[in-house]
Amino acid sequence: MPETETVHPLLSLQNITKIFGDLVANGNVNLDLHAGEIVALLGENGAGKTTLMNILFGHYVADEGRVMVRTSSGTLVDLEPGAPQAALEAGIGMVHQHFTLAENLTGLENIVLGTESLFARKFSRSKARAKLQELMQSSGLEVDLDLRVSKLAVGERQRVEILKALYRDARILVLDEPTAVLTPQESDSLFNTLKLLAAKGMAIIFISHKMAEVLGASDRVAVLRGGRIVADLPTSQCDRHKLAELMVGHAVQMAEREPGNPGEEILVFKGVSAGEGRELIENVNLSLRKGEIIGLAGVSGNGQSMLAKVLSGLEEPTAGAVTLGSQPLKANAAAAIQSGVARIPEDRHHDGIVGAMSVEENLVLEEIRKPAYQRFGLLRFNEIRKRAQEAIKAYDIRCSGPLAVSRLLSGGNIQKIVLARTLDQEPAIVLAAQPSRGLDVGATADVHRRLQEARDRGAGVLLISEDLDELFQLSDRIAVIHRGHVSEPMASEELDKKQVGLMMAGHSAKGEQAA
Amino acid sequence: MIRFEPRTNVSSLFALALPIVAGITALALAAIPIAAAGGEVFAAYGHIFKGAFGSKFAFSELLARATPLIFTGLAVSVAFRAKLWNIGAEGQLYVGALAAVAIGSGAISAPSYIMIPLIMLAGMIAGGTLMLVPTLLKTRLGADEVVTTLLLNFVVLLFVQMMLEGPMKDPMGMGWPQSEPMTSAATLPKMMARMRVHWGLVIALVSALVIYIMMKRSVWGFEIRATGENVSAAKHAGIPVTSTFIKVGLISGALAGLAGVSEVAGLKGYLTADISPGFGYTGIVVAMLAGLSPLGVVIAAIFIAAVFVGADSMSRAMGVSSYIADLIVALSLICVLISSLFVRFKVRFVNPKKTKLTAKGDA
Repeated sequence: MPETETVHPLLSLQNITKIFGDLVANGNVNLDLHAGEIVALLGENGAGKTTLMNILFGHYVADEGRVMVRTSSGTLVDLEPGAPQAALEAGIGMVHQHFTLAENLTGLENIVLGTESLFARKFSRSKARAKLQELMQSSGLEVDLDLRVSKLAVGERQRVEILKALYRDARILVLDEPTAVLTPQESDSLFNTLKLLAAKGMAIIFISHKMAEVLGASDRVAVLRGGRIVADLPTSQCDRHKLAELMVGHAVQMAEREPGNPGEEILVFKGVSAGEGRELIENVNLSLRKGEIIGLAGVSGNGQSMLAKVLSGLEEPTAGAVTLGSQPLKANAAAAIQSGVARIPEDRHHDGIVGAMSVEENLVLEEIRKPAYQRFGLLRFNEIRKRAQEAIKAYDIRCSGPLAVSRLLSGGNIQKIVLARTLDQEPAIVLAAQPSRGLDVGATADVHRRLQEARDRGAGVLLISEDLDELFQLSDRIAVIHRGHVSEPMASEELDKKQVGLMMAGHSAKGEQAA
Repeated sequence: MIRFEPRTNVSSLFALALPIVAGITALALAAIPIAAAGGEVFAAYGHIFKGAFGSKFAFSELLARATPLIFTGLAVSVAFRAKLWNIGAEGQLYVGALAAVAIGSGAISAPSYIMIPLIMLAGMIAGGTLMLVPTLLKTRLGADEVVTTLLLNFVVLLFVQMMLEGPMKDPMGMGWPQSEPMTSAATLPKMMARMRVHWGLVIALVSALVIYIMMKRSVWGFEIRATGENVSAAKHAGIPVTSTFIKVGLISGALAGLAGVSEVAGLKGYLTADISPGFGYTGIVVAMLAGLSPLGVVIAAIFIAAVFVGADSMSRAMGVSSYIADLIVALSLICVLISSLFVRFKVRFVNPKKTKLTAKGDA
């Protein structure tokens, strides 16, 4: 058929609608994808990006609309809904945010997994290896295929995932938040690869909520808001402000950094070691003063979780000591709260809230034994309700009321519950671990404002983050954690993002490779 | 093709209706084996109903049967709420009964207003202590309490048999392996003359109320629920998770122990090794049917007791084996487990005959 590449899309999503209960996750979404282009799917959390991609890949079935793929003869055909196998066969490859690799198998085994017939008498490693060798060369995705995946770094695992898609002759590559776990340098290299693949005629679509990478790497941007496509335009016609406005729906005021007013030391880590492996920290020395924010930069899995656990009172250091003011910190969560450490956990769904319990119960979770909320061991419902209503108002927690089931709230609102619960206790120290991870622009701004307010009130804030923009925007000093070692904090004015990025990858502050 | 899609919210009416539907389904499914055994199906249901509710005597039997089930159902529901999987209510029942007999069959003589609280306390301590072992093994060593509680049942049962054949054997028992009878001061009085239902029922109902209030209104209940729903968030929020598990283990074991006390002191009057036809295990069904709600346990226990008592009478009238009752109870559990799937997922029927596309499949 006389159709040309440019006019006719390789993939066409038509009028996709998906409704969960009362929530329109996707409403009438139309999106075309052509060979050779990189499309960024931009949107806040909960905008429906992942739902859309899951429909495309057959994990969900759309309530309405169709997913059409062009066959090799050039006609558009409906893709069988709800069948990932059909999507794979149609040449759609998906790289999930959380990798789907078997850790106990090698890269090669992971890649061929599922491609060999169950009844084949033996599988020809050499043939697979030859094909992969060729793919690695042409795409620049170098990785040791004979190492077990558990031994691979995160960036390498992602390369295995992409190779897996290429090995199955994917023509369309979908990546869900591909840079979430990468260092800035790894992200750059990923986008170079993607550009190379697109130049060879692949169609690529990646999900993101980071504007910088969308502007840097895509040819076209589709912005989702509230489940609908609100803009679909060439990247060349966009800038940061325009995209932010499209994503949120109104102009956004970004918090500006104001220098803090540091006072005396209130938290000292002295030679602290704990944990092992990816959770190791070794000989950490750090001192936090009143009224300052120290940003701790690092790629996840470099020990920041363990550092947070130690400060949260959940883990006992194997060596060294943590001192709060003049008191040693006890390895007991209740004691940590008692001594004024507010903890905003990294994984708010897992550690922050009890999803099945109500908003009001979660708001008093840490303080339930205080006389304010119980008398003779019996709960004071009126007081709890009053507290919840106050917090819901003060923190603008969007929910149907104090009795709403917390699990059903959005990530931003769940984080607000955690903030209200911890910050309203007027803590001396705030530990904020990845406080804006997965939050939309508005909720992120809110978190930042609250942290700054806590600092201005005189609290010392330890902000653990992978997001360099966030760190530079908030921190008075920045330290970097790499393989469990924490660098000496430096004033943020004296650092730039590139330097910190290199330190996150294991180089010293001056640029040479550390041991 | 059938598809399961997660539900975002569940109406409480729907959640309430499910165990009822599950119970009815289980009864309906029992028609198959009844018919296979040569019974007239509708007549059989009639006999079951009449056997359970048809007379004052039948109803008294039903309540007597429900009493231990309320205790064991409560024991299981409290434990399961904290995700402490206590499968050992059976063993805890027996040690509770053993403790009651040890104290109440003549070792101490005191008026009944002292004896009855005393044997109850002894039974609770015995059951709680027995459950403490797997709980500590779980919190200290991470041992799976499903396995440890289950296996302890057999240990306890053999221990009870040993005691009944040996040191605690009734010398007046004509050689039967049974304990000496409870003294009259240590006996729970009957609630009605010539009927078997006894004051253990009232103790069971009060226990249900106390547990309900504890779970709903107390700090303990709050902490138990938080621990059960998300142990890591509870730990993070400073809730003493380990001591919560220990508390739950003690309360759960104590409740199951009370079932044993109530059986020897209220119904049998002495201990034998077959005092419980699996009340501990049936308690799991009761708790699941009740959706782990303490007040729901009372209703579920009455339902299960009605099935047992009714099926006994049906089997006498029609010659169909009373094993039908066990079958219905087992079916109820299966139905309730399946129905919990419907609470969490919406089921959709999808037409599989849709155009299938392959990469090579040219149109």
